Amino acid sequence: MILRKISRRLKDMQTTIIMVVALCFVLSTPLLIAMGLGYKSMALFREVPILNLIFNSVWEPASGNFGFLAYIISSVLITLLAILIAGPVCLFTAIYLTQYARRAVMRFMQPVIDILAGIPSVVYGVWGILVIVPLVSERLAPYFNVQSTGYTLITGAVVLSVMIIPFILNILLEIFRTLPIELSEATLSLGATKWEVIKHVLMRKAKPGIISAFGLGISRAFGETMAVLMVAGNVAKMPHGIFDPVYPLPALIANNYGEMMSIPLYDSALMVAALFLFLSVITFNAVSRIAIYRLEKKL
Amino acid sequence: MTLNNTIVNEKIQIRDLNLHIGQQHILKDINCRIPEKKITVILGSSGCGKTTLLKSLNRLTDLYPQVKINGSVELNGQNIYNGIKDINDLRRKMGLLSQRPAPLPMNIFNNVAYGLRISGRTSKKFLRYRVEHYLKQANLWEEVKDRLSAPASSLSIGQQQRLCLARGLAVDPEIILADEPTSALDPISSQTIENRFLELKNYYTIILVTHALRQAKRIADYIIFMYLGEIIEQGEASEFFLHPKHDLTKAYLRGSFN
Amino acid sequence: MATRKFRKQEETFFIYLMRLACLSIVVVMGLILYSILKKGIPALNWKILTTVPEGGFYFGGEGGILNAILGSLYLAFGATLIALVLSIPSALFLNVHLRKYTRLTNIIRLIIDVLWGIPSVVYGAFAFSVMIWVGMRTSLLAGMITVALFITPIMLRSMDESLKSVSNLLYEAALSLGSTRSEISVRIFLKQCIPGMITAILLSFGRAIGDAAAVLFTAGFTDNVPTSLTQPAATLPLSIFFQLSSPLPEVRERAYAAALALTVIILIISVSGRLISYKFTRNDTK
Repeated sequence: MILRKISRRLKDMQTTIIMVVALCFVLSTPLLIAMGLGYKSMALFREVPILNLIFNSVWEPASGNFGFLAYIISSVLITLLAILIAGPVCLFTAIYLTQYARRAVMRFMQPVIDILAGIPSVVYGVWGILVIVPLVSERLAPYFNVQSTGYTLITGAVVLSVMIIPFILNILLEIFRTLPIELSEATLSLGATKWEVIKHVLMRKAKPGIISAFGLGISRAFGETMAVLMVAGNVAKMPHGIFDPVYPLPALIANNYGEMMSIPLYDSALMVAALFLFLSVITFNAVSRIAIYRLEKKL
Repeated sequence: MTLNNTIVNEKIQIRDLNLHIGQQHILKDINCRIPEKKITVILGSSGCGKTTLLKSLNRLTDLYPQVKINGSVELNGQNIYNGIKDINDLRRKMGLLSQRPAPLPMNIFNNVAYGLRISGRTSKKFLRYRVEHYLKQANLWEEVKDRLSAPASSLSIGQQQRLCLARGLAVDPEIILADEPTSALDPISSQTIENRFLELKNYYTIILVTHALRQAKRIADYIIFMYLGEIIEQGEASEFFLHPKHDLTKAYLRGSFN
Repeated sequence: MATRKFRKQEETFFIYLMRLACLSIVVVMGLILYSILKKGIPALNWKILTTVPEGGFYFGGEGGILNAILGSLYLAFGATLIALVLSIPSALFLNVHLRKYTRLTNIIRLIIDVLWGIPSVVYGAFAFSVMIWVGMRTSLLAGMITVALFITPIMLRSMDESLKSVSNLLYEAALSLGSTRSEISVRIFLKQCIPGMITAILLSFGRAIGDAAAVLFTAGFTDNVPTSLTQPAATLPLSIFFQLSSPLPEVRERAYAAALALTVIILIISVSGRLISYKFTRNDTK
């Protein structure tokens, strides 16, 4: 009897230790990543001051010039454009589905959102090449009297915006569903129309959540690699318009891993890019998540 | 069911109202009249459908897509479920005070002014005058007059509830719908609200939902007693408390009731 | 009153705008599926699904995508398995042992949510630098580990959501019967949440099979079907990516076929995941 009790206790301790180890390992991954990338980046940081890396747009690895400015600008522009397209669409759809639509519409939309969320990045890339690239080069650019290959900033932004729509939309739906219905009831009782309830009260109440959802969308778009790599053109020059090709940071990393061992400091430079990507995404993410947790009163 | 003859003016008449949520039958054959400028208390234990009945009076039930309604609710002789032109106008005629105060995410002044603004009254002077007037009516003016631009959420729960009352009064309703408005409040705030109601009934028709027998005794003119979605008994408050007719009512008044 | 009319019109206008937004999402989804189907169906045949590329995946026009299909399945299975080993104990610990420490668990959840947001290319770059450090070559195993790291937060968090729904009453009842927490974890929490667990696994499997950026660095690419963990492996996303840029139309055909195959796999996974969670929630409310 006592022996059985002891063996049960031992087993309990054993499983608990396994659980703790697993959880600690998972929680330590961001630290490991930061350390790994940071260590690899040191080689370049020792040679070139950080500010010179960020504010220089000359990229000639062979002669030791590692200016990230064009990549950073590319990343920022393509992300901002994407959120500019996806943001309103998501906001309007989320409001419609939670406030106006019949339940059947929601039941129809949920799988649509699921499918969009599930389609892999590369398939979005294929779609971009098949549909958006010709659309830009044959219709949109000529309309503005511009010559374009179709592999441009705007192409990348459109593809990217479609990719982040399901992501932002799901968060927004969740946020609008957690708004207390009493607030709508109270406002309606003052004689407001449903739209006025949304415009004056619900949107205001949900504002931190909406901003955070967009923040998460931005960080998702910022790190998106394959689809952008396939349609954005990948030219490391400062873009002058939406019909110019761009070369975002993730594309830089993915495109050059093959030859990075052949040039001195090249590998370190790519790890700097990864580190920069990692830090900016994680900051954006953490700030947005904390805001959402606050809103849902979990912290 | 006997309808009392002493009702002089009826404000609302409900006929054969049935309400379903999905498969559940929430309100069953509701027939009643609500007198003008009196306090009508809808009494019953929780889950008997009294809040749902209240919300069906200004069609807040529209917000819940699973709700199905049959029957009629007549306001001033006009059925609100049939051929009503402007649902917003209908709702504006009925101020709502809910269980927990729901202040709008704006400052104190704008909470009261909001209803006026959306109905097109935007003159600053007018708004200032009205906000002060209704905050006084709700017994809140003295406490907030120096911080009208503070967010409404910074007030205590009791103050918030009085703010909601002022907000509801400001749009000049004919009816006040109150859904257990004191259940989340401290005794002093509760008493303020009750006292306000006793004064306000000279100008407004008040419908109060409560499960607190004592509160009903204190302020009711007319009682509607509900149990499991049905009206068991209704009538003048004095008659109801002194000579209850139905066995369920008697049991409820004795307190031996779950 | 003029303003009343204006208010109504404003509402109507915005409702139309909202419907338009909603519709545009449906249309875009339709467009994506249509373009993948249109290019993929003519390219897809039995031979392409069952043979490996001949004469090189980039320049050889003959052969199929079997290397990528099998490589992807191997890789996703392996990664899901590793992620399971990490996720199940973590999720159980979070929901059983730490159940009463809401603040701590919320902070942990926050960290996992943030981890979820790290782009896969960062995982890839990180894993690659570790591989160089330990002298490992691109291989199926390296790919599995990297992808596992990448999908663990996803799996862990969705398992966590499902375990969270186990009622406190059940937990306390079991505790008062004298069960140890580990016993409760396995016998009650895990058993109660099997459908949720399966949904979580399917979701992560879908992520694993669709991801390209992490395997680009770590799993490599090959024309052959890998026969051991230390060999490089081809994957569907990379086979699409590489072959789509080929100058040979036959090779591009293979990319379209691979895109269709990948999309179909993902759709099957996503639909079955939905069905399971739908059935689960329906039983729950009854």
